[in-house]
Amino acid sequence: VSALTSKTIADLRKGFRLGEYSAVEIALGFNEAVSAARILNAFTVETPEDALSCAQAADNARAAGEPGSLAGIPLGIKDLFATRGVDTTAGSRILTGFRPPYESTVTANLRKSGAGMLGKLNMDEFAMGSSNETSAYGPVISPWRRKGSNVGLTPGGSSGGSAAAVAAEIVPGATGTDTGGSIRQPAAFAGICGIKPTYGRCSRWGVVAFASSLDQAGPMAKTVLDCAILLEAMAGFDPKDATSLNLPVPQWEANLSSDLKGKRVGIPKEYRIDSVPTEINALWDRGMEWLMDAGAVPVDISLPHTKYALPTYYIIAPAEASSNLARFDGVRYGLRVGGGVGLDGMYSATRAEGFGAEVKRRIMIGTYVLSAGFYDAYFTKAQKVRALIKQDFRKAFEHCDVILTPTAPSAAFGIGETTDPLAMYLNDVFAVPASLAGLPAMSVPGGLDEQGLPLGLHLIGNEFDEQTVLNAALAIEERAGFTLRPEKWW
Amino acid sequence: MSVSNDQVRHIAKLARIAMSDGEIERLGPELNNILGWVEQLGEVNTDGVEPLTAVIDQKLRLRDDVVTEGDIRDEILANAPEPQHGFFAVPKVIE
Repeated sequence: VSALTSKTIADLRKGFRLGEYSAVEIALGFNEAVSAARILNAFTVETPEDALSCAQAADNARAAGEPGSLAGIPLGIKDLFATRGVDTTAGSRILTGFRPPYESTVTANLRKSGAGMLGKLNMDEFAMGSSNETSAYGPVISPWRRKGSNVGLTPGGSSGGSAAAVAAEIVPGATGTDTGGSIRQPAAFAGICGIKPTYGRCSRWGVVAFASSLDQAGPMAKTVLDCAILLEAMAGFDPKDATSLNLPVPQWEANLSSDLKGKRVGIPKEYRIDSVPTEINALWDRGMEWLMDAGAVPVDISLPHTKYALPTYYIIAPAEASSNLARFDGVRYGLRVGGGVGLDGMYSATRAEGFGAEVKRRIMIGTYVLSAGFYDAYFTKAQKVRALIKQDFRKAFEHCDVILTPTAPSAAFGIGETTDPLAMYLNDVFAVPASLAGLPAMSVPGGLDEQGLPLGLHLIGNEFDEQTVLNAALAIEERAGFTLRPEKWW
Repeated sequence: MSVSNDQVRHIAKLARIAMSDGEIERLGPELNNILGWVEQLGEVNTDGVEPLTAVIDQKLRLRDDVVTEGDIRDEILANAPEPQHGFFAVPKVIE
């Protein structure tokens, strides 16, 4: 049974449909892998019974001749997605014990396709973090280790539980969410694939809100093909989300092709940063060679406002977070702490105890930049710079079809190694601009650094053009030949 | 521009987060560090630039003004820390 857990979703699906094994066998294999990997702290809740009952249903559907596109596939679900009757805490103490009476649209779509759930995956609190260290459940430990070292590394964040679980092969695929790199940076750290689609492709309904103008769900899996399969099941118009795209879901899987003949790949000069390790810039060059080998041509482009993307993000995201997180007031759900004076005292005591340090820091920044007298100087200014960043991309896509950059400025770092909040924010320097512009973007593994840790390559596409992103990622995947998995120590 | 401890205390009050003097003193320099860093946006000429409010151009949809779900009071109250008599209960507000 254990061999099943090392298969891709595409292969599992094929074998299941051919009757080589049952969905129940698949679920049992992953349930066992999940419980054997608790030391990674990747899960906040395990739901083996859910995986099994969905597997039973998948076996029945196969017998009846109508299995869904994900029948027989059990997935890990980031704890940001509301799951009916199953604890949904966004990695925060303030949502302790919250069991939604409803299911998020994305997970409902996955269920409709026949997928089951192995459990809820650990994450940075309210998706605010790049290392998974802000989780109320403690950090996820990456299955990867530096050569000759047993120092615990972060899997990145905020979708760190998702990345670690896929890399450790205790789930075949997982949901993630990406506000400013939270799918792509952990995917790069863990040597897996992850795509954030165009803003609005995946419904935000039932996804705990962090920064609503940026939040997007997306899949994380071992291969580009698996990401295409999952994204197709997750995406789709949802009247319950006011910013949901009212467009048909493209057939990303059927149209997947690594033939890039005539495609122009933009190389933005502003992403060449001196402080980035040379092996990351060298991998970037190799990535371009792989794309050229697939028929693409390189184009030098300029995204002049790139250096302002992170400071823009760190005004807009905390501002939106401070309003979104106002709902956690100890009245309707989650934690309530008495003891303060009156209603305000209860609010303040509840929020003081319920939120962790990073969440408080961001709420404070957001409250400040939205407060009377500062709103225009910070928030309106940031929205104007965001418009310029969007315009940079619009102009660049007149000259290219997809953009190639590194995913992150470093490989995975050790737990506790980065303590300065600003230094932590810099992790998303390459990921944030595409988020601010609402563009589809993906990380695909490119190779290992000299410490033996995975490095990712990052593809940014034009609005609605996930297909070119996936196709370019596939071309890299085929040429990089990255199939390494961390050596099992857990 | 630098934020004083009194301002940090005021922001914490606006955000409804109880903070000790020690926390205020620790947070002050952190906020100043971050705010000092974001102030580099001042270098960008944004004259005549419209603030971006929708990242993907879309028309806001209207839906029919009808009740689509309801009669789920108990489901909604099931997660409340202190429901009472079918309501959300809060500490006394009016003396």
